[in-house]
Amino acid sequence: MTALVQARQDALAARLAGLPAAPGGWQAPARAAASARLAAMGLPVRRDEYWRYTDPAALTAPQPPAAAIFAPGDEEPAFDGIDRLQLVFVDGVFDAAASDAPDLAGVEITRLADAGADIHWARDLYGVLEARGQTPVARPLAALNTAHATEGVLIRVTGRAPRPVALVYRRSASDTDAILHHCVRVEAGAELTLLESGPAAARFCKVIEVDVAEGGRFHHIRTQGRDHERHAVTHIFARLGAGALFKSFTLTANGRLTRNEAVIDLAGEGAVAHVAGAAVGDGGFHHDDTVFVTHAARGCESRQVFKKVLKNGAVGVFQGKILVKPAAQKTDGYQISQSLLLDEASQFLAKPELEIYADDVKCSHGSTSGAIDDTALFYLRSRGVPMRQAQGLLVLAFLAEAIAEIEDEALAEDIRTRLEGWLNRHTG
Amino acid sequence: MLTIKNLHVELEDDGKQILKGVDLTVEPGTVHAIMGPNGSGKSTLSYVLAGREGYRVTEGSATLDGADILAMEPEERAAAGLFLAFQYPVEIPGVGNMTFLRTAVNAQRKARGEPELSAGEFLKAVRAKAASLKIDAEMMKRPVNVGFSGGEKKRNEILQMAMLEPRMCILDETDSGLDVDAMKLVAEGVNALRDAGRSFLVITHYQRLLDHIRPDVVHIMAAGRIIRTGGPDLALQVEQSGYADIMAEVQE
Ligand SMILES: Nc1ncnc2c1ncn2[C@@H]1O[C@H](COP(=O)(O)OP(=O)(O)OP(=O)(O)O)[C@@H](O)[C@H]1O
Ligand SMILES: [Mg+2]
Repeated sequence: MTALVQARQDALAARLAGLPAAPGGWQAPARAAASARLAAMGLPVRRDEYWRYTDPAALTAPQPPAAAIFAPGDEEPAFDGIDRLQLVFVDGVFDAAASDAPDLAGVEITRLADAGADIHWARDLYGVLEARGQTPVARPLAALNTAHATEGVLIRVTGRAPRPVALVYRRSASDTDAILHHCVRVEAGAELTLLESGPAAARFCKVIEVDVAEGGRFHHIRTQGRDHERHAVTHIFARLGAGALFKSFTLTANGRLTRNEAVIDLAGEGAVAHVAGAAVGDGGFHHDDTVFVTHAARGCESRQVFKKVLKNGAVGVFQGKILVKPAAQKTDGYQISQSLLLDEASQFLAKPELEIYADDVKCSHGSTSGAIDDTALFYLRSRGVPMRQAQGLLVLAFLAEAIAEIEDEALAEDIRTRLEGWLNRHTG
Repeated sequence: MLTIKNLHVELEDDGKQILKGVDLTVEPGTVHAIMGPNGSGKSTLSYVLAGREGYRVTEGSATLDGADILAMEPEERAAAGLFLAFQYPVEIPGVGNMTFLRTAVNAQRKARGEPELSAGEFLKAVRAKAASLKIDAEMMKRPVNVGFSGGEKKRNEILQMAMLEPRMCILDETDSGLDVDAMKLVAEGVNALRDAGRSFLVITHYQRLLDHIRPDVVHIMAAGRIIRTGGPDLALQVEQSGYADIMAEVQE
């Protein structure tokens, strides 16, 4: 055994040492398989191709870096004005008392920790999409999650959910380490909007596996709060059947380190997947979007729209790939990643990739990094708009293409309000 | 209203001197025109008055009703009543024209201690003014100047002016790129705003605009200075025989 391999094994053993025993039951085979995957891969290190721009050390250390609790002041909780069913997790543990009763027409909601009896649809999903998503790019922290998550929620949607399900993450201490694993199965023709908000823990590792059957529709909107010191790694693994729709939007405002991975498999003809993100960071902020979209079937559409506003030495990373398999003729793929650097200390690192094995496809990608347009700023000011407000308008304009990916106007407005709050606090 | 004295301006970048002692006084309620060859400094003068970055004032002053506008931020100048219709209006992708206008109107009202316009009041005013400039509702929904034709951009400048109701309006070649009918619309827009308390400084190359917006005073600018000031017939003279004669006379 080489020293490097030994070092990786030791690091993994140290990371796993403190974790509580995961429940067995129907999840046992999936967890065992994930443990085996993890042991083979080891924890990520900076040398790994997809961790070159983001140092995983804080995510893989045995203990989470301490993160002071952040008081959001008088800012309203996310999605406060939206009629929604709330499921609350505190430090990664489901809080039934703080949550709404899980009664929603056309939606079955089960706590992962309670799912003692066999839930056949979840057995086909738990760890399954994660395992598929391990090639060609290894995602060891997702395997760790599958193997060791004790909490999460299993959601099966059989009709049109009358209101969104909101996962609310709270944290109560500065040293918490949370691992959550959710599974969502949207049956044929069904529809769900899933909301997520809050910091969850000092260190948060999350996986959501989303399986959208034929003609199903899944909307996902999340805000990764204003919690300055937290570290988070999240993964969405999605599989789309024929004609299915998947739309995911994330707002990240601060947080020491955030790595959001999205692994999307367009498996059925005519499926549509849009993933978008708006990240605004000030100071010690490192934000990484790592996206892998696979077109495996004919006539699918994918869009990746990622925008980052960075200041005071904040760092933005985008690693996005579109893979078009030979069968995926008539693919329509689009990817844009852009950063607005509010000063010279901030930086944006982008790695856009296209890999195309079909001949009749339309794929475009672009990545830019720039400052605020001085001419536009002057034009606004010459009309009497004060500097701060003019900057704010231009920042929102820059982010508009990402926010436009939110279909529901009330939710888009909630996100805009949050952004305006950030701008008021952080610009000028 | 506007008093410019011995204004010297150079480029911040390379120190190139553009304005070399401009003197100009615009009385309340009057229309002044500035004509002059390409590159003589007309736009530079308008930018310096509006507060654009990149220029350094090395000598002289500019005051609006006695207040030193050169010491103000661009937004303060606007709130004080100064308006520049740009020679090249700026496109702002992602900012709706309507949002832009409303933000500007309310920012200025706020700066002057006036109550903001309600959405209803604003809409009503903007609709009437846009209609008179033949700017359709669809154009108002688009991002500021994005995809507008040259003439549409110029009309949009005049709409902004009409909504902001500034006291000192500087129009930099608002007529260029306009067809004959659009020029009439724009001139009507300007004339509708003419009153005893409002002044205009109209930069143009063509007498044609001045047929519609009758100036009280015409200035000729060349090489960074006002070299000749006269009545409306000075513009006619330029139209007929160009700048060569005037420049030759001045040099003697
Ligand atoms: N930012 C700048 N950088 C370099 N040169 C400049 C800049 N601004 C103005 N100039 C120069 O200053 C001179 C005056 O330019 P200005 O645009 O003021 O002329 P103008 O009288 O408006 O001309 P026109 O009739 O063509 O609009 C020109 O020689 C121009 O090239
Ligand atoms: Mg000019």
